Amino acid sequence: MLAFVIRRVLQSVAVMLAVAMIAFVMFRFVGDPINQMVGVDTPQEEVARLRASLGLNDPAPVQFGRFIWNALHFEFGTSYQFRLPVTQLLAERAPATLELAFTAAGFALLVGVIMGVYCALRRDSVLAQVFQAVSLVGVSLPTFLIGILLIYLFAVILGWLPSNGRGDVVALGGWWTTGFLTKSGLRALILPAITLGLFQMTLIMRLVRSEMMEVMRTDYIKFAKARGLTTRAIHFGHALKNTLIPVITIAGLQLGSIIAFAIITETVFNWPGMGLLFLKAVQNVDIPIMAAYLMLIGLLFVMINLLVDLAYGFVDPRLRVAMRA
Amino acid sequence: MSIKRIGLAAIAAFALSSVSAQAVTLRYANQGDLKSLDPYTLNETTTLAHHGHVYEGLTSRGRDLKIGPGLAESWEILEGGKRWIFKLRKNVKWHNGDAFTADDVIFSADRVRMPGSNFNTRVPKDAKFTKIDDHTIEVTLASPNPIMTAQWDTWYIVPKKWSEANNSAAPTPASATTPSYIALNSNGTGPFKIESHQPGVKTVFKPNPNYWGKKEHNLDEIVFTPIPNDATRVAALLSGEVDVIEPVPIQDIARVNASDKAKVLAGPELRTIFLGFDQVRDELLESNVKGKNPFKDLKVRQAFNMAIDKETIKARVMRGLSTPSALMIAPELFSGSKDFKNPKFDPEAAKKLLAEAGYPNGFETGMDCPNDRYVNDGQICQAIVGMLARIGVKVNLNAQPKAQYFAKVLKPGGYKTSFYLLGWTPGTLDSHNVLYDILGCRVEGTPRGESNLGGYCNKKLDELTDKILVEADATKRDAMIKEAFTIAIADAGYVPLHQQALAWGIAKNVELVQRADNQVLLYWAKKQ
Repeated sequence: MLAFVIRRVLQSVAVMLAVAMIAFVMFRFVGDPINQMVGVDTPQEEVARLRASLGLNDPAPVQFGRFIWNALHFEFGTSYQFRLPVTQLLAERAPATLELAFTAAGFALLVGVIMGVYCALRRDSVLAQVFQAVSLVGVSLPTFLIGILLIYLFAVILGWLPSNGRGDVVALGGWWTTGFLTKSGLRALILPAITLGLFQMTLIMRLVRSEMMEVMRTDYIKFAKARGLTTRAIHFGHALKNTLIPVITIAGLQLGSIIAFAIITETVFNWPGMGLLFLKAVQNVDIPIMAAYLMLIGLLFVMINLLVDLAYGFVDPRLRVAMRA
Repeated sequence: MSIKRIGLAAIAAFALSSVSAQAVTLRYANQGDLKSLDPYTLNETTTLAHHGHVYEGLTSRGRDLKIGPGLAESWEILEGGKRWIFKLRKNVKWHNGDAFTADDVIFSADRVRMPGSNFNTRVPKDAKFTKIDDHTIEVTLASPNPIMTAQWDTWYIVPKKWSEANNSAAPTPASATTPSYIALNSNGTGPFKIESHQPGVKTVFKPNPNYWGKKEHNLDEIVFTPIPNDATRVAALLSGEVDVIEPVPIQDIARVNASDKAKVLAGPELRTIFLGFDQVRDELLESNVKGKNPFKDLKVRQAFNMAIDKETIKARVMRGLSTPSALMIAPELFSGSKDFKNPKFDPEAAKKLLAEAGYPNGFETGMDCPNDRYVNDGQICQAIVGMLARIGVKVNLNAQPKAQYFAKVLKPGGYKTSFYLLGWTPGTLDSHNVLYDILGCRVEGTPRGESNLGGYCNKKLDELTDKILVEADATKRDAMIKEAFTIAIADAGYVPLHQQALAWGIAKNVELVQRADNQVLLYWAKKQ
């Protein structure tokens, strides 16, 4: 068992190194950071001094080694654009991204499950057909298009909801800011959360629908009916509970991608989170921010997968046997 | 208990937002960020305009860009520009209450020339600042420089005592590992102070109640948010969530004007967009002509000048929002501009010239172009590819984002281009800057011609440029500038295309002054 855990952890470390390597190679092709930091009439001697002070003249392996060494100390350097420590910038932006991601995931789970159950139980009703059609839209339309359509409908034409930003936020404990406690903060959350969660919602809805239909055909549901249990108890007490096990696994796995793919939603809604910071960093060749963000997202996925693997190991007896061997 | 506290915070936030709703708040969104509050970190238009609300220079520029007094009430130019006496304004207070004195100016003059400053060229290296009394400064130069103060409106004076006390005596270097105090806090003399600043997210300005000058705005608060995405920025204006946006993308101008909430304020910008040729290499990097460089031939360059139809670019690509240009400087910046006419668009004559130069069937060349730096830059280049195809020149266009483009074509990248599009605003708003940086011969080891990417060179023009720098008589100076531009046009070293237009989106209840240098200055803003 211990050997299995150690093996998985070592594999994760190897993946992180690979992420770092790929990220680092990519930075060689994004352009020259210096040009974004100086005016067009800055003298070249000043430019050369700047380049040297950032260590950009060192050979690539030296730069890579320094990057890994600093990353091990959670030291990602100073943003070229803001002249502020990258860890501080990311920490300031993390609450915005996390609140958005969890709201979107909650929305996807809640609405997805309700719609899925309805579609499974009332398969032939008109509303179920409508849900199916909506889910097709959610799967096929790209996120940025959905975002812009929502902005035009609800912000520009109807004027009901804000088109950008996070509204007023309240600071909690000096390290977290929340938009949940103000009216403008909650209003600002609605459109981006729907945009970000729509794809996951349709995924969950389709999953719940097919799982539920499967479960409804099983013998124990028939026996439950034969025992004379109420329809309500059968549907929600027995069928839904069994449906939800794979749904929760998928939803947990998808949380990582919701956080990572928030980049597009954050850009469309000008949501001041880590994704927007990353996108601006790409435009301005702000390598320290790009590096730190990619490492963070890489770490997130590696951690989620590691936990899932370990959990499976504990739960599934067949894997336990394989581990012992 | 903590829930109670959170509830109180929420109530307080509600209360605050309802109070500020009654005051006049101007909400402003720009494509770019306000990155650092240190006024010596980034020499870039949007940043300069933001800092201009908080800090002030010794001089200032008015609504028409004319130089006027700023923190210096008046100045005298002695010995043809070798010695300057500045009388500083009395009774000016920094935002923290300290008095503004000559010490602050001398401190700023040292600070702006330190390594890490992006404004080294604002104050000449050899300028010596001497304090005569608390409100008089003498500046002496090794050689006369009658336009020394041309860029001093954006050389912002910072407070000595406050900067030194807060460990900010030197500009924040790019490689700094700890944030500097002055990058996140401010203390100026200007009409606004910064109440809160979250880099890249939001900056709130409040009026300075003790401002020495006349109040020309009616605002109680400015809230600035960077919105990099074009569609989002326009949507924010149309939905009434912001009052001012800069820029409005050209394709959205009609839509903004059609709405009942906002309109577009458009006008000519000072930046000139032009094409340049590699005239240095003996063989072009990206061409099918081997063993010689076609752009070294005057006739080829003249042919290019005649084959490009600036009016069509204006009508089709720029949707009418550009001013075709015959000169490498905007007409607002040089009084003699009207004497220069655009060359006639004549593809037949251009073809003939090419044939005379030995290319009856044209030739092939690469072209470098940014696609996110200037207004519709990528489309301009595509239009030019089509126009040159008419005279038989096959252009292989390489349009890329600015980060990659500048890395390839500028000096650190080795000027790796054969034919390119670039834009230039003379920082000094004076012809000398163009003649020196763009039209001057490249000389290793001096800054002359550093932005002359194609290496155009005419020694006669350089001689004139040196004389123009030290000439104090305006009429004589203008005559020399005219002569220099005439030489440049005869050499066809560049193809000037146009001045692009500024497009700001403003709500209908807002009045703004649009200055041609594209600085959005809200101390002239009025909101009903």
